[in-house]
Amino acid sequence: MSKETVIQLKDVTFSYYVEDAEGNVTTNNDVDVKHSEKRMALDGVTLDIEKGSFVAIVGSNGSGKSTLAKHLNALLLPSSGEALVCGMSTADPDNTWEIRRRCGMVFQNPDNQLVSSVVEDDVAFGPENLGVDPAEIRKRVDNALNAVGMYEFRKKGPHLLSGGQKQRIAIAGVLAMQPECIVFDEPTAMLDPSGRAEILKIIRGLHEEGKTVILITHFMEEAAQADRIIVMDKGRPILDEAPAALFAHGEKLQELNLQMPFGASMAAKLRDLGVDLPEGIITAERLAECLCR
Amino acid sequence: MAIKDITLGQYYPGDSVVHKLDPRTKLIGTILFLVSLFVVKNFTGFLFCGICLAILVKISGVPFKYMARGLKAVMFLIVFTAIINLFMTPGDPIWRFGILKIAREGIYRACFMAIRLVMLIFGSSLLTLTTKPVALTDGMERLLSPLSKIGLPSHELAMMMTIALRFIPTLLDETDKIMKAQTARGADFESGNLLQRAKGLIPLLVPLFVSAFRIAADLAMAMEARCYRGGDGRTRMNGMAFHNCDRIAAVILVLYFAAVIAIGKLPVF
Repeated sequence: MSKETVIQLKDVTFSYYVEDAEGNVTTNNDVDVKHSEKRMALDGVTLDIEKGSFVAIVGSNGSGKSTLAKHLNALLLPSSGEALVCGMSTADPDNTWEIRRRCGMVFQNPDNQLVSSVVEDDVAFGPENLGVDPAEIRKRVDNALNAVGMYEFRKKGPHLLSGGQKQRIAIAGVLAMQPECIVFDEPTAMLDPSGRAEILKIIRGLHEEGKTVILITHFMEEAAQADRIIVMDKGRPILDEAPAALFAHGEKLQELNLQMPFGASMAAKLRDLGVDLPEGIITAERLAECLCR
Repeated sequence: MAIKDITLGQYYPGDSVVHKLDPRTKLIGTILFLVSLFVVKNFTGFLFCGICLAILVKISGVPFKYMARGLKAVMFLIVFTAIINLFMTPGDPIWRFGILKIAREGIYRACFMAIRLVMLIFGSSLLTLTTKPVALTDGMERLLSPLSKIGLPSHELAMMMTIALRFIPTLLDETDKIMKAQTARGADFESGNLLQRAKGLIPLLVPLFVSAFRIAADLAMAMEARCYRGGDGRTRMNGMAFHNCDRIAAVILVLYFAAVIAIGKLPVF
Protein backbone atom coordinates (compact mmCIF):
# COMPACT_ATOMS: atom_id res chain seq x y z
CA MET A 1 0.00 0.00 0.00
CA SER A 2 1.37 3.38 -0.94
CA LYS A 3 -0.11 5.19 2.03
CA GLU A 4 1.69 5.18 5.35
CA THR A 5 0.08 3.15 8.10
CA VAL A 6 -0.14 4.72 11.56
CA ILE A 7 -1.57 1.78 13.40
CA GLN A 8 -1.11 -1.85 12.66
CA LEU A 9 -2.67 -4.64 14.71
CA LYS A 10 -1.45 -8.15 14.05
CA ASP A 11 -3.71 -10.88 15.38
CA VAL A 12 -4.21 -9.09 18.70
CA THR A 13 -6.04 -10.92 21.45
CA PHE A 14 -6.84 -9.67 24.92
CA SER A 15 -8.19 -11.98 27.57
CA TYR A 16 -8.90 -11.57 31.25
CA TYR A 17 -10.27 -13.64 34.08
CA VAL A 18 -13.62 -12.91 35.55
CA GLU A 19 -13.87 -12.40 39.29
CA ASP A 20 -16.73 -13.94 41.24
CA ALA A 21 -18.82 -12.00 43.73
CA GLU A 22 -16.16 -12.29 46.43
CA GLY A 23 -13.52 -10.93 44.13
CA ASN A 24 -11.73 -14.25 43.72
CA VAL A 25 -10.32 -15.16 40.38
CA THR A 26 -10.92 -18.85 39.78
CA THR A 27 -7.62 -20.53 40.36
CA ASN A 28 -5.54 -23.27 38.81
CA ASN A 29 -6.81 -26.19 40.88
CA ASP A 30 -9.96 -26.16 38.81
CA VAL A 31 -8.73 -26.00 35.25
CA ASP A 32 -12.10 -26.44 33.59
CA VAL A 33 -13.69 -23.58 35.47
CA LYS A 34 -10.73 -21.42 34.66
CA HIS A 35 -11.28 -21.89 30.99
CA SER A 36 -14.93 -21.11 31.15
CA GLU A 37 -14.28 -17.95 33.14
CA LYS A 38 -11.65 -16.67 30.77
CA ARG A 39 -13.13 -13.96 28.60
CA MET A 40 -11.77 -12.92 25.26
CA ALA A 41 -12.33 -9.19 24.93
CA LEU A 42 -10.36 -9.17 21.69
CA ASP A 43 -10.13 -12.33 19.65
CA GLY A 44 -7.61 -12.07 16.84
CA VAL A 45 -7.92 -8.53 15.57
CA THR A 46 -5.85 -7.73 12.51
CA LEU A 47 -6.16 -4.33 10.91
CA ASP A 48 -4.22 -1.40 9.48
CA ILE A 49 -5.14 2.24 9.87
CA GLU A 50 -3.72 4.66 7.34
CA LYS A 51 -2.29 8.04 8.13
CA GLY A 52 -4.81 10.82 7.77
CA SER A 53 -7.84 8.55 7.65
CA PHE A 54 -11.05 8.88 9.65
CA VAL A 55 -12.06 5.50 10.97
CA ALA A 56 -15.14 4.79 13.04
CA ILE A 57 -15.33 1.68 15.20
CA VAL A 58 -18.85 0.64 16.11
CA GLY A 59 -20.35 -2.27 17.95
CA SER A 60 -22.81 -3.05 20.71
CA ASN A 61 -21.87 -3.10 24.40
CA GLY A 62 -19.25 -5.68 25.17
CA SER A 63 -18.13 -6.02 21.56
CA GLY A 64 -14.60 -5.06 22.54
CA LYS A 65 -14.46 -1.66 20.89
CA SER A 66 -13.25 0.21 23.98
CA THR A 67 -10.73 -2.52 24.75
CA LEU A 68 -9.47 -2.16 21.21
CA ALA A 69 -9.10 1.61 21.68
CA LYS A 70 -7.00 1.13 24.80
CA HIS A 71 -4.61 -1.06 22.83
CA LEU A 72 -3.87 1.81 20.48
CA ASN A 73 -1.90 3.81 23.05
CA ALA A 74 -0.50 1.11 25.29
CA LEU A 75 -3.04 1.52 28.09
CA LEU A 76 -3.65 -2.19 27.60
CA LEU A 77 -1.12 -4.61 26.16
CA PRO A 78 -2.12 -7.51 23.92
CA SER A 79 -2.26 -10.97 25.55
CA SER A 80 -0.95 -12.28 22.25
CA GLY A 81 -0.23 -10.75 18.87
CA GLU A 82 1.30 -7.36 18.32
CA ALA A 83 0.09 -3.77 18.19
CA LEU A 84 2.30 -1.33 16.28
CA VAL A 85 1.79 2.43 16.56
CA CYS A 86 3.89 4.43 14.10
CA GLY A 87 5.99 1.31 13.72
CA MET A 88 6.64 0.97 17.48
CA SER A 89 5.44 -2.05 19.40
CA THR A 90 3.25 -1.22 22.39
CA ALA A 91 4.71 -4.21 24.25
CA ASP A 92 8.10 -2.50 24.61
CA PRO A 93 8.04 -0.28 27.74
CA ASP A 94 10.61 2.06 26.17
CA ASN A 95 8.07 3.02 23.54
CA THR A 96 5.13 3.64 25.87
CA TRP A 97 5.50 7.40 26.29
CA GLU A 98 6.33 8.16 22.69
CA ILE A 99 3.30 6.10 21.64
CA ARG A 100 1.04 7.96 24.05
CA ARG A 101 2.32 11.29 22.78
CA ARG A 102 1.75 10.35 19.15
CA CYS A 103 -1.59 8.74 19.74
CA GLY A 104 -3.72 10.87 22.07
CA MET A 105 -6.94 9.69 23.61
CA VAL A 106 -10.18 11.40 24.62
CA PHE A 107 -12.39 9.48 27.02
CA GLN A 108 -16.10 9.20 27.56
CA ASN A 109 -16.63 11.03 30.83
CA PRO A 110 -15.73 14.71 30.49
CA ASP A 111 -15.51 15.17 34.26
CA ASN A 112 -13.12 12.37 35.04
CA GLN A 113 -10.35 13.29 32.64
CA LEU A 114 -9.59 16.89 33.59
CA VAL A 115 -6.81 17.27 36.11
CA SER A 116 -6.56 20.91 37.08
CA SER A 117 -9.09 23.39 38.41
CA VAL A 118 -8.02 25.97 35.83
CA VAL A 119 -8.76 25.28 32.17
CA GLU A 120 -5.42 26.42 30.75
CA ASP A 121 -3.45 24.52 33.37
CA ASP A 122 -5.32 21.41 32.38
CA VAL A 123 -4.49 21.85 28.71
CA ALA A 124 -0.85 22.39 29.71
CA PHE A 125 -0.80 19.12 31.65
CA GLY A 126 0.21 16.93 28.69
CA PRO A 127 3.06 19.12 27.37
CA GLU A 128 4.27 19.66 30.95
CA ASN A 129 4.56 15.91 31.36
CA LEU A 130 6.56 15.76 28.15
CA GLY A 131 9.01 18.33 29.49
CA VAL A 132 8.28 20.93 26.81
CA ASP A 133 9.82 24.38 27.23
CA PRO A 134 7.47 26.79 29.14
CA ALA A 135 7.28 29.38 26.33
CA GLU A 136 6.46 26.64 23.85
CA ILE A 137 3.79 25.22 26.20
CA ARG A 138 2.15 28.65 26.38
CA LYS A 139 2.01 28.78 22.57
CA ARG A 140 0.64 25.26 22.26
CA VAL A 141 -2.00 25.84 24.93
CA ASP A 142 -3.23 29.01 23.24
CA ASN A 143 -3.34 27.30 19.85
CA ALA A 144 -5.13 24.24 21.21
CA LEU A 145 -7.72 26.35 23.04
CA ASN A 146 -8.32 28.41 19.91
CA ALA A 147 -8.68 25.27 17.84
CA VAL A 148 -11.59 24.09 20.00
CA GLY A 149 -13.00 27.61 20.43
CA MET A 150 -12.49 27.74 24.20
CA TYR A 151 -9.83 30.45 24.43
CA GLU A 152 -11.99 32.90 26.34
CA PHE A 153 -12.64 30.28 29.01
CA ARG A 154 -8.94 29.71 29.74
CA LYS A 155 -9.02 31.08 33.29
CA LYS A 156 -12.29 29.40 34.28
CA GLY A 157 -12.76 26.34 36.44
CA PRO A 158 -13.92 23.19 34.60
CA HIS A 159 -16.77 22.73 37.06
CA LEU A 160 -18.39 25.88 35.66
CA LEU A 161 -18.50 24.52 32.10
CA SER A 162 -21.06 22.35 30.31
CA GLY A 163 -20.33 18.74 29.35
CA GLY A 164 -19.62 19.67 25.74
CA GLN A 165 -17.27 22.44 26.79
CA LYS A 166 -15.43 20.14 29.17
CA GLN A 167 -15.03 17.62 26.39
CA ARG A 168 -13.62 20.38 24.17
CA ILE A 169 -11.06 21.15 26.89
CA ALA A 170 -10.15 17.46 26.97
CA ILE A 171 -9.62 17.55 23.20
CA ALA A 172 -7.47 20.70 23.56
CA GLY A 173 -5.43 18.86 26.19
CA VAL A 174 -4.69 16.11 23.69
CA LEU A 175 -3.99 18.58 20.85
CA ALA A 176 -1.40 20.38 22.96
CA MET A 177 0.71 17.22 22.88
CA GLN A 178 0.70 17.51 19.05
CA PRO A 179 -0.28 13.92 18.34
CA GLU A 180 -0.50 12.40 14.87
CA CYS A 181 -3.47 10.34 15.73
CA ILE A 182 -6.35 10.86 18.16
CA VAL A 183 -8.55 8.10 19.51
CA PHE A 184 -11.98 9.21 20.69
CA ASP A 185 -13.53 6.65 23.02
CA GLU A 186 -17.26 7.40 22.88
CA PRO A 187 -16.65 11.13 23.39
CA THR A 188 -20.31 12.07 22.96
CA ALA A 189 -21.97 9.33 24.99
CA MET A 190 -22.59 11.58 27.98
CA LEU A 191 -23.46 14.77 26.11
CA ASP A 192 -26.71 16.39 25.03
CA PRO A 193 -27.46 16.72 21.30
CA SER A 194 -25.95 20.20 20.97
CA GLY A 195 -22.78 19.14 22.80
CA ARG A 196 -22.62 16.10 20.56
CA ALA A 197 -22.84 18.23 17.43
CA GLU A 198 -20.09 20.56 18.71
CA ILE A 199 -17.70 17.70 19.37
CA LEU A 200 -18.43 16.01 16.08
CA LYS A 201 -17.72 19.24 14.22
CA ILE A 202 -14.34 19.52 15.95
CA ILE A 203 -13.54 15.89 15.17
CA ARG A 204 -14.33 16.44 11.49
CA GLY A 205 -12.20 19.60 11.51
CA LEU A 206 -9.25 17.69 12.95
CA HIS A 207 -9.59 15.07 10.23
CA GLU A 208 -9.61 17.79 7.57
CA GLU A 209 -6.41 19.20 9.03
CA GLY A 210 -4.79 15.86 8.34
CA LYS A 211 -4.87 14.18 11.75
CA THR A 212 -5.68 10.50 11.86
CA VAL A 213 -8.96 10.15 13.72
CA ILE A 214 -10.33 6.98 15.27
CA LEU A 215 -13.83 7.39 16.62
CA ILE A 216 -15.33 4.74 18.85
CA THR A 217 -19.06 5.20 19.05
CA HIS A 218 -22.37 3.47 19.05
CA PHE A 219 -24.16 6.22 17.23
CA MET A 220 -24.35 5.15 13.60
CA GLU A 221 -25.13 8.71 12.55
CA GLU A 222 -21.72 9.71 13.87
CA ALA A 223 -19.95 6.74 12.37
CA ALA A 224 -21.47 7.59 8.99
CA GLN A 225 -19.23 10.68 8.84
CA ALA A 226 -16.08 8.58 8.77
CA ASP A 227 -14.49 7.29 5.59
CA ARG A 228 -14.24 3.79 6.94
CA ILE A 229 -16.39 1.93 9.46
CA ILE A 230 -15.24 -1.13 11.35
CA VAL A 231 -18.01 -3.11 13.01
CA MET A 232 -16.93 -5.13 16.04
CA ASP A 233 -18.75 -8.12 17.43
CA LYS A 234 -17.56 -10.50 20.16
CA GLY A 235 -14.03 -9.14 20.02
CA ARG A 236 -13.64 -9.43 16.26
CA PRO A 237 -14.00 -6.95 13.44
CA ILE A 238 -16.72 -8.49 11.29
CA LEU A 239 -17.34 -5.73 8.78
CA ASP A 240 -14.83 -3.21 7.53
CA GLU A 241 -16.08 -0.96 4.76
CA ALA A 242 -16.83 2.56 3.61
CA PRO A 243 -20.14 3.83 5.06
CA ALA A 244 -22.09 3.65 1.79
CA ALA A 245 -21.10 0.05 1.18
CA LEU A 246 -21.69 -0.90 4.80
CA PHE A 247 -25.22 0.39 4.90
CA ALA A 248 -26.03 -1.79 1.91
CA HIS A 249 -26.18 -4.79 4.28
CA GLY A 250 -28.95 -3.47 6.43
CA GLU A 251 -30.14 -6.88 7.71
CA LYS A 252 -26.71 -7.78 8.98
CA LEU A 253 -26.51 -4.57 11.02
CA GLN A 254 -29.99 -5.21 12.34
CA GLU A 255 -28.86 -8.60 13.63
CA LEU A 256 -26.11 -6.87 15.57
CA ASN A 257 -28.58 -4.41 17.07
CA LEU A 258 -26.97 -1.51 15.30
CA GLN A 259 -29.27 1.16 14.04
CA MET A 260 -28.74 2.46 10.54
CA PRO A 261 -28.69 6.22 10.05
CA PHE A 262 -32.12 7.57 9.24
CA GLY A 263 -31.31 8.45 5.62
CA ALA A 264 -29.89 5.04 4.80
CA SER A 265 -32.67 3.02 6.42
CA MET A 266 -35.36 5.18 4.83
CA ALA A 267 -33.73 4.81 1.42
CA ALA A 268 -33.64 1.03 1.84
CA LYS A 269 -37.34 0.94 2.75
CA LEU A 270 -38.27 3.13 -0.21
CA ARG A 271 -36.22 0.93 -2.53
CA ASP A 272 -38.18 -2.10 -1.25
CA LEU A 273 -41.36 -0.26 -2.17
CA GLY A 274 -40.02 0.18 -5.67
CA VAL A 275 -38.83 3.78 -5.56
CA ASP A 276 -35.90 4.22 -7.88
CA LEU A 277 -33.03 5.56 -5.79
CA PRO A 278 -29.29 5.58 -6.44
CA GLU A 279 -26.96 3.57 -4.18
CA GLY A 280 -24.96 5.09 -1.37
CA ILE A 281 -27.49 7.32 0.34
CA ILE A 282 -26.54 7.94 3.96
CA THR A 283 -27.83 11.27 5.13
CA ALA A 284 -31.38 12.54 5.20
CA GLU A 285 -30.31 15.56 3.13
CA ARG A 286 -28.94 13.40 0.34
CA LEU A 287 -32.13 11.31 0.40
CA ALA A 288 -34.30 14.39 0.08
CA GLU A 289 -32.16 15.60 -2.79
CA CYS A 290 -32.52 12.31 -4.67
CA LEU A 291 -36.25 12.15 -4.06
CA CYS A 292 -36.79 15.65 -5.39
CA ARG A 293 -35.03 14.94 -8.60
CA MET B 1 -27.59 24.35 40.57
CA ALA B 2 -26.67 26.04 43.80
CA ILE B 3 -24.15 23.42 44.78
CA LYS B 4 -22.03 24.39 41.77
CA ASP B 5 -21.64 27.99 42.83
CA ILE B 6 -19.36 27.27 45.73
CA THR B 7 -16.01 29.00 45.77
CA LEU B 8 -13.02 26.81 46.30
CA GLY B 9 -11.09 27.53 49.45
CA GLN B 10 -11.82 30.97 50.82
CA TYR B 11 -10.04 33.12 48.28
CA TYR B 12 -11.10 36.76 48.35
CA PRO B 13 -10.48 38.14 44.85
CA GLY B 14 -8.50 41.35 44.83
CA ASP B 15 -5.80 43.29 43.11
CA SER B 16 -3.65 44.41 46.03
CA VAL B 17 0.10 44.11 46.45
CA VAL B 18 -0.53 41.29 48.91
CA HIS B 19 -2.51 39.39 46.28
CA LYS B 20 0.24 39.89 43.73
CA LEU B 21 3.11 38.65 45.86
CA ASP B 22 4.63 35.34 44.85
CA PRO B 23 2.92 32.54 46.79
CA ARG B 24 6.31 31.42 48.06
CA THR B 25 6.95 34.82 49.61
CA LYS B 26 3.55 34.71 51.25
CA LEU B 27 4.06 31.18 52.53
CA ILE B 28 7.42 31.98 54.08
CA GLY B 29 6.06 35.27 55.40
CA THR B 30 3.12 33.56 57.04
CA ILE B 31 5.33 30.94 58.63
CA LEU B 32 7.66 33.65 59.97
CA PHE B 33 4.70 35.59 61.32
CA LEU B 34 3.35 32.51 63.08
CA VAL B 35 6.77 31.79 64.55
CA SER B 36 7.10 35.39 65.69
CA LEU B 37 3.88 35.00 67.68
CA PHE B 38 5.62 32.33 69.71
CA VAL B 39 8.76 34.39 70.11
CA VAL B 40 6.79 37.25 71.64
CA LYS B 41 7.11 37.37 75.41
CA ASN B 42 4.98 40.36 76.40
CA PHE B 43 1.97 42.44 75.45
CA THR B 44 4.05 45.16 73.86
CA GLY B 45 5.25 42.52 71.42
CA PHE B 46 1.69 41.50 70.63
CA LEU B 47 0.74 45.12 70.13
CA PHE B 48 3.53 45.43 67.59
CA CYS B 49 2.54 42.19 65.79
CA GLY B 50 -1.09 43.29 65.84
CA ILE B 51 -0.32 46.66 64.30
CA CYS B 52 1.80 45.07 61.56
CA LEU B 53 -0.96 42.55 60.82
CA ALA B 54 -3.61 45.28 60.76
CA ILE B 55 -1.56 47.30 58.26
CA LEU B 56 -1.16 44.22 56.09
CA VAL B 57 -4.88 43.45 56.19
CA LYS B 58 -5.60 47.08 55.30
CA ILE B 59 -3.26 46.87 52.28
CA SER B 60 -4.79 43.57 51.14
CA GLY B 61 -8.25 45.14 51.05
CA VAL B 62 -9.88 42.09 52.63
CA PRO B 63 -12.77 43.34 54.78
CA PHE B 64 -12.35 42.72 58.50
CA LYS B 65 -15.71 40.92 58.60
CA TYR B 66 -14.34 38.36 56.19
CA MET B 67 -11.31 37.76 58.35
CA ALA B 68 -13.38 37.43 61.49
CA ARG B 69 -15.41 34.66 59.88
CA GLY B 70 -12.45 32.35 60.26
CA LEU B 71 -12.61 32.90 64.01
CA LYS B 72 -16.09 31.48 64.38
CA ALA B 73 -14.99 27.93 63.75
CA VAL B 74 -12.32 28.05 66.44
CA MET B 75 -14.13 30.25 68.95
CA PHE B 76 -14.76 27.22 71.15
CA LEU B 77 -11.09 26.32 71.15
CA ILE B 78 -10.06 29.85 72.09
CA VAL B 79 -12.57 30.11 74.93
CA PHE B 80 -11.68 26.65 76.18
CA THR B 81 -7.95 27.39 76.21
CA ALA B 82 -8.54 30.69 77.97
CA ILE B 83 -10.68 29.07 80.68
CA ILE B 84 -8.21 26.25 81.30
CA ASN B 85 -5.38 28.75 81.57
CA LEU B 86 -7.42 30.97 83.80
CA PHE B 87 -8.06 28.30 86.44
CA MET B 88 -5.10 26.02 86.09
CA THR B 89 -2.19 28.42 86.29
CA PRO B 90 -0.59 28.19 89.72
CA GLY B 91 0.26 31.40 91.50
CA ASP B 92 -1.00 33.68 94.17
CA PRO B 93 -4.83 33.38 94.19
CA ILE B 94 -6.94 36.54 94.08
CA TRP B 95 -10.28 34.74 93.96
CA ARG B 96 -11.36 31.42 95.40
CA PHE B 97 -14.53 29.33 95.12
CA GLY B 98 -14.31 25.80 96.43
CA ILE B 99 -11.62 24.06 94.47
CA LEU B 100 -11.65 26.79 91.80
CA LYS B 101 -9.18 29.58 92.15
CA ILE B 102 -7.97 32.31 89.88
CA ALA B 103 -4.44 33.56 90.10
CA ARG B 104 -3.12 36.83 88.79
CA GLU B 105 -0.78 34.85 86.56
CA GLY B 106 -3.82 32.93 85.31
CA ILE B 107 -5.55 36.05 84.04
CA TYR B 108 -2.35 37.12 82.39
CA ARG B 109 -1.80 33.77 80.68
CA ALA B 110 -5.41 33.41 79.57
CA CYS B 111 -5.34 36.78 77.80
CA PHE B 112 -1.93 35.97 76.39
CA MET B 113 -3.08 32.66 74.90
CA ALA B 114 -6.33 34.07 73.53
CA ILE B 115 -4.52 36.90 71.76
CA ARG B 116 -1.93 34.50 70.38
CA LEU B 117 -4.61 32.16 68.99
CA VAL B 118 -6.64 34.98 67.43
CA MET B 119 -3.53 36.35 65.73
CA LEU B 120 -2.53 32.87 64.53
CA ILE B 121 -5.90 32.49 62.85
CA PHE B 122 -5.83 35.98 61.35
CA GLY B 123 -2.31 35.54 60.04
CA SER B 124 -2.95 32.24 58.35
CA SER B 125 -6.32 33.23 56.94
CA LEU B 126 -4.74 36.29 55.36
CA LEU B 127 -2.64 33.83 53.35
CA THR B 128 -5.57 31.72 52.15
CA LEU B 129 -7.74 34.78 51.54
CA THR B 130 -5.25 36.44 49.25
CA THR B 131 -3.81 33.40 47.44
CA LYS B 132 -5.64 31.19 44.98
CA PRO B 133 -5.61 27.53 46.05
CA VAL B 134 -3.86 26.54 42.82
CA ALA B 135 -1.11 29.11 43.37
CA LEU B 136 -0.79 27.94 46.94
CA THR B 137 -0.22 24.30 45.95
CA ASP B 138 2.25 25.39 43.26
CA GLY B 139 4.11 27.50 45.80
CA MET B 140 4.24 24.63 48.27
CA GLU B 141 5.56 22.28 45.63
CA ARG B 142 8.41 24.65 44.81
CA LEU B 143 9.25 25.38 48.41
CA LEU B 144 9.33 21.69 49.26
CA SER B 145 11.14 20.61 46.10
CA PRO B 146 14.65 20.78 47.66
CA LEU B 147 13.39 18.25 50.21
CA SER B 148 12.59 15.75 47.47
CA LYS B 149 16.31 14.95 47.44
CA ILE B 150 15.95 13.44 50.90
CA GLY B 151 12.89 11.48 49.86
CA LEU B 152 9.98 13.83 50.54
CA PRO B 153 7.47 13.34 47.71
CA SER B 154 6.89 17.07 47.19
CA HIS B 155 5.56 16.80 43.65
CA GLU B 156 3.18 14.00 44.58
CA LEU B 157 1.86 15.95 47.56
CA ALA B 158 1.20 19.00 45.41
CA MET B 159 -0.43 16.89 42.69
CA MET B 160 -2.70 15.30 45.28
CA MET B 161 -3.77 18.71 46.51
CA THR B 162 -4.38 19.95 42.97
CA ILE B 163 -6.54 16.94 42.18
CA ALA B 164 -8.39 17.22 45.48
CA LEU B 165 -9.25 20.84 44.68
CA ARG B 166 -10.31 19.92 41.16
CA PHE B 167 -12.64 17.17 42.33
CA ILE B 168 -14.38 18.92 45.22
CA PRO B 169 -17.16 20.21 42.93
CA THR B 170 -17.38 16.88 41.09
CA LEU B 171 -17.78 14.95 44.33
CA LEU B 172 -20.30 17.48 45.62
CA ASP B 173 -22.33 16.91 42.47
CA GLU B 174 -22.03 13.19 43.00
CA THR B 175 -23.17 13.54 46.63
CA ASP B 176 -26.14 15.58 45.50
CA LYS B 177 -27.08 12.95 42.93
CA ILE B 178 -26.79 10.03 45.37
CA MET B 179 -28.70 11.94 48.02
CA LYS B 180 -31.58 12.56 45.64
CA ALA B 181 -31.56 8.95 44.45
CA GLN B 182 -31.63 7.64 48.02
CA THR B 183 -34.28 10.15 49.08
CA ALA B 184 -36.42 8.98 46.16
CA ARG B 185 -36.15 5.48 47.61
CA GLY B 186 -37.21 6.59 51.05
CA ALA B 187 -33.92 7.39 52.76
CA ASP B 188 -34.23 10.07 55.42
CA PHE B 189 -31.32 12.42 55.99
CA GLU B 190 -33.07 15.11 57.94
CA SER B 191 -34.95 13.81 60.95
CA GLY B 192 -34.09 11.90 64.08
CA ASN B 193 -31.46 12.40 66.75
CA LEU B 194 -27.75 12.64 66.13
CA LEU B 195 -27.21 8.87 66.15
CA GLN B 196 -30.06 8.18 63.75
CA ARG B 197 -28.84 10.87 61.43
CA ALA B 198 -25.33 9.50 61.48
CA LYS B 199 -26.74 6.09 60.63
CA GLY B 200 -28.77 7.68 57.86
CA LEU B 201 -25.57 8.82 56.21
CA ILE B 202 -24.39 5.27 55.53
CA PRO B 203 -26.50 4.86 52.37
CA LEU B 204 -24.93 8.13 51.20
CA LEU B 205 -21.32 7.49 52.11
CA VAL B 206 -20.98 3.96 50.77
CA PRO B 207 -22.01 4.79 47.18
CA LEU B 208 -20.00 8.01 47.37
CA PHE B 209 -16.90 6.05 48.28
CA VAL B 210 -17.47 3.59 45.48
CA SER B 211 -17.93 6.36 42.96
CA ALA B 212 -14.84 8.19 44.23
CA PHE B 213 -12.83 5.06 43.50
CA ARG B 214 -14.35 4.80 40.05
CA ILE B 215 -13.52 8.43 39.32
CA ALA B 216 -9.99 7.85 40.56
CA ALA B 217 -9.54 4.89 38.24
CA ASP B 218 -10.85 6.89 35.27
CA LEU B 219 -8.66 9.86 36.08
CA ALA B 220 -5.57 7.72 36.52
CA MET B 221 -6.10 6.27 33.09
CA ALA B 222 -6.65 9.69 31.54
CA MET B 223 -3.48 10.99 33.21
CA GLU B 224 -1.46 8.04 31.93
CA ALA B 225 -2.84 8.58 28.45
CA ARG B 226 -1.49 12.12 28.70
CA CYS B 227 1.98 10.82 29.53
CA TYR B 228 1.94 11.54 33.26
CA ARG B 229 4.78 9.71 34.97
CA GLY B 230 5.49 11.64 38.14
CA GLY B 231 7.46 14.80 38.70
CA ASP B 232 10.72 13.86 37.01
CA GLY B 233 11.40 15.66 33.76
CA ARG B 234 8.24 17.70 34.08
CA THR B 235 8.21 21.38 33.14
CA ARG B 236 5.64 24.00 34.15
CA MET B 237 3.88 26.46 31.90
CA ASN B 238 3.67 29.22 34.48
CA GLY B 239 7.11 29.60 35.92
CA MET B 240 7.27 31.56 39.15
CA ALA B 241 9.52 34.55 39.48
CA PHE B 242 10.30 36.82 42.38
CA HIS B 243 9.58 40.45 41.55
CA ASN B 244 10.68 43.67 43.17
CA CYS B 245 7.73 43.64 45.56
CA ASP B 246 8.84 40.19 46.75
CA ARG B 247 12.31 41.55 47.51
CA ILE B 248 10.86 44.48 49.39
CA ALA B 249 8.57 42.10 51.28
CA ALA B 250 11.58 39.98 52.22
CA VAL B 251 13.42 43.00 53.64
CA ILE B 252 10.33 44.06 55.60
CA LEU B 253 10.00 40.52 56.96
CA VAL B 254 13.56 40.46 58.22
CA LEU B 255 13.16 43.88 59.85
CA TYR B 256 9.87 42.78 61.39
CA PHE B 257 11.40 39.66 62.86
CA ALA B 258 14.36 41.59 64.26
CA ALA B 259 11.95 44.08 65.83
CA VAL B 260 9.94 41.30 67.46
CA ILE B 261 13.07 39.85 69.02
CA ALA B 262 14.23 43.29 70.13
CA ILE B 263 10.90 44.03 71.79
CA GLY B 264 11.11 40.68 73.60
CA LYS B 265 14.35 41.90 75.18
CA LEU B 266 12.83 45.16 76.44
CA PRO B 267 12.12 45.22 80.18
CA VAL B 268 8.43 46.05 79.86
CA PHE B 269 5.22 44.41 81.01
